[in-house]
Amino acid sequence: MSVIVFAGASMLAAMQLLAADAPVALIVLTALFINLRFMMYSASLRQHLGALPLRWKLPLAYMLADNPYALCIARFADHPADTHKLEFYLGVSGTVWLVWQLAVLAGALVGAGLPASWRLEFAAPLAFIAISVPLLRDRAMVAAALAAAATVVLLHGLPLRLGLVLAAVAGIAAGLLTEKRRA
Amino acid sequence: MTLWLAIIGMGMVTFALRASLLVLPERVRLPELLRRSLRYVPAAVLTAIYAPELFLQQGTLHLSPHNEKLLAGLLACVVAWRFRLTFVTIAAGLAALHVFARLV
Repeated sequence: MSVIVFAGASMLAAMQLLAADAPVALIVLTALFINLRFMMYSASLRQHLGALPLRWKLPLAYMLADNPYALCIARFADHPADTHKLEFYLGVSGTVWLVWQLAVLAGALVGAGLPASWRLEFAAPLAFIAISVPLLRDRAMVAAALAAAATVVLLHGLPLRLGLVLAAVAGIAAGLLTEKRRA
Repeated sequence: MTLWLAIIGMGMVTFALRASLLVLPERVRLPELLRRSLRYVPAAVLTAIYAPELFLQQGTLHLSPHNEKLLAGLLACVVAWRFRLTFVTIAAGLAALHVFARLV
């Protein structure tokens, strides 16, 4: 799963849905919404890597993930004329891919042996906090995050995590509205 | 069987999303509203993934100083904003979880 999908957030959600005997279509739909952010990454990387031939772009797309994207975009913004953007992207993404796969393997092998009292499962929400909080640099972003959080918490009674899908929609709407009002 | 169908379906959808706009020819321009909407997707989705872990306990809203996950999560938000380092945020959040669990 880790090699084929390579997207942790949707994999965590899928595990919960599989445990609840959810239909395959719903698991795939949930993955689609969680991973919709990659579409945005894909759009913004296009400015920097869009001129490459397709045989490069397909493997690059497969490796696209949150942290390498954030690092690459920051670097490309500082050095817009850099001629080694492809090499930088490959170095960062390849490293993350390899470490990720090794960590998943380690988790599969020894994960069940770690004591539950360490409460390491809390590392999952913390990792999302670590990635998402630094994104909240303007009011529209904060509005998007708050609206999404409120929606998902209030709609938690909906079956099979449909609240997550609606939270994404509410967050986008809140971001757009806040941006418009300020302009 | 369900497991493999789900994995392959997720893999195809995820790859399609990642490749979607990167492989478009350079001359294609994206609609303005789509570009602006996509900007908010990461903040909205990533927040919606972790918010229930902090605010809900056994499926009900748990807003109180006795919710150590909420306290530790809020502290982790501050740490994430201040230091912007994933490892520091996770370490501080886990430590805070254990401290708050003792205190409250």
